[in-house]
Amino acid sequence: MSNTDIEIVVEDPTAPEADSPQVASVRAVDVVVCLLLLALALTLGYDNWRTGAGWESTGPQSGYFPFYLSIILGGASLYGLVAAFLSRKEASEVFVTRAQLRRVMAVLVPTLLFCLAMQFLGLYVASFLLIAGFMRMVGKIALWKSLLTALVFTAVMFVTFDIAFDVIMPKGPLEAALGR
Amino acid sequence: MEALGLLMHGFAVLLTWKTLLLMMLGLVLGIFVGVLPGLGGPNGVAILLPLTFTMDPTSAIVMLSCIYWGALFGGAITSILFNIPGEAWSVATTFDGYPMAQQGRAAEALTAAFTSSFIGSLVAVMLITFLAPMISSFALKFGPPEFFAVYLLTFCSFVGLGREAKHKTVISMSLGLLLAGIGMDTVSGQLRMTFGSAELLRGVNFLVAVIGLFGISEILLTMEERLALRGHAAGISLRVVLSVWKDLPKYWVTLFRSSFIGCWLGITPGGAIAASFMGYNLAKRFSKDQDSFGKGRIEGVFAPETAAHASGTAALLPMLALGIPGSGTAAILLGGLMVWGLNPGPLLFVEHKDFVWGLIASMYLGNVVGLVLVLTTVPIFASILRVPFAAVAPMIVVSCAIGAYAIQNAMFDIWLMLGFGVVGYAFKKIGIPLAPFTLALVLGNRAEDAFRLSMIGSGGDMKVFWSNGLVGSITTLAIVLLFWPVIDKAFSSVTRMLRPAKA
Repeated sequence: MSNTDIEIVVEDPTAPEADSPQVASVRAVDVVVCLLLLALALTLGYDNWRTGAGWESTGPQSGYFPFYLSIILGGASLYGLVAAFLSRKEASEVFVTRAQLRRVMAVLVPTLLFCLAMQFLGLYVASFLLIAGFMRMVGKIALWKSLLTALVFTAVMFVTFDIAFDVIMPKGPLEAALGR
Repeated sequence: MEALGLLMHGFAVLLTWKTLLLMMLGLVLGIFVGVLPGLGGPNGVAILLPLTFTMDPTSAIVMLSCIYWGALFGGAITSILFNIPGEAWSVATTFDGYPMAQQGRAAEALTAAFTSSFIGSLVAVMLITFLAPMISSFALKFGPPEFFAVYLLTFCSFVGLGREAKHKTVISMSLGLLLAGIGMDTVSGQLRMTFGSAELLRGVNFLVAVIGLFGISEILLTMEERLALRGHAAGISLRVVLSVWKDLPKYWVTLFRSSFIGCWLGITPGGAIAASFMGYNLAKRFSKDQDSFGKGRIEGVFAPETAAHASGTAALLPMLALGIPGSGTAAILLGGLMVWGLNPGPLLFVEHKDFVWGLIASMYLGNVVGLVLVLTTVPIFASILRVPFAAVAPMIVVSCAIGAYAIQNAMFDIWLMLGFGVVGYAFKKIGIPLAPFTLALVLGNRAEDAFRLSMIGSGGDMKVFWSNGLVGSITTLAIVLLFWPVIDKAFSSVTRMLRPAKA
């Protein structure tokens, strides 16, 4: 088998290290998720019971169907909770390592900021900032490339949605200044 | 044949420059989505859905289904050239596809993959052409109890036949059904589970949830991985294509077997993933030379690809005929239909003939055009992978945000999308399947309406679900499927007890 004709090579400069310590096991997360689901089932179940989960002369009340679903959800999460506690396999599995978590946060936090910025700056300006910033900070790509890519992508989006397809997006001061 | 005449009419609807152009655009976008890591069929369709909001339904669905075909084709490119399955159903393609590329036979493997995808889809589309009208005309006789029984069957088969832990499937499904119920109750107009919030009044939009669950969470998951890759570049010459096609008749048994498996698993909610593995394993088992599998055997590419595509296509059959999607992507297409005010289900064949036959015709045409397109443009798409993920990821985030916002013009939906992204990430990592959730969310209201209408009709008597032979057998089958693992275990232990007695 020859490997001489490999032509496409992409490097990943900020790849997570393989030997990074674990932050949480699958079991821990499973338990937390089951507890949250149980709480959700209780809340929704109570709300539906209050709305009316019984029968009227015309048929089931509004809360009937979701009330029993909450019971099913609650039961399944309770079972899941017990199963997760007893599972040796899940305890030994890694949910996320520290290096992986850092990388996930490297996307999640900018996305969060992007959603926040969108409310004040409008979608297009926020997109420009997200793409340029992300490429530069996380991808370590040359500044001019980052800015150019962000500009072209945002412009294409603007032309496609705002001008060609008339899909209205949140806009901010820049668009207002340009009279759009 | 009535179906044939209607199909010809469908082709006539399609053959305009505008539709053909949209078709090409959809295919290119789809292949793009299939090639990129962190994006796949369902995400691509979900993210690109808003683009189609301003089109007429026929153009929109043609474009969306072409995105779907494109994504199916695209998944094969990365599996063969880079040993990275772009989609879960391409995993089996890497077993023999990548070794072939290593031996310098990448062009051959790609041609085999695309051709067999085409054959698989074609078989499934033919099945749809002749079976869907029959099923839907049969389903026109359905009343609310029958429909509820069919929904129940769908949900139960997910629990009983799914490979994930049963309670996790139940969690996923009941959560989806609950979230579908938030907001205004469609029967009585009463508000429920809104907790006084005006934002929750509208309910949880299906597409927003899907964009979060499949788009955002997929990026989070992809970022965890090491994203460096090495792969082969390949161009396909006409000579290679012809030589592969010349050998095609030799493998007709494999192709036929895989198409059959794919169609069967596509209609029942088993999905393309199971189909591709089953196609591969069966091809291996029936082969005279089993050891050569996994070392670059062309049959090992034919078998899974045919099955995956046949199943991906056949998943549209129950969606068109009954309004029940057979896969996650079909569920999203169904969500799209509802956005355009089309009510999926048997009535679609009566009320929107143009639309349905246009869609079916577009499946034929899209596959032919897609085959030609991928065969000629593989080198371009392979080089897309040179674009670093750090550039792709924020663009996907932006596209997701545009998609989520465009649906209802609500800022709240953006936050909802983000929330679903995190939920999807956690669910995927602890093994809660997302497909039942998607299905439950899109079918939730219809299932509840069907249930309540049948209850109103019968005066609250549960026996209505066994009131005649048809509804009774569907309901019974649903319950059998729900407890299938238990029944199966009991069955095999009985046979095990009997076998030693015989021997």
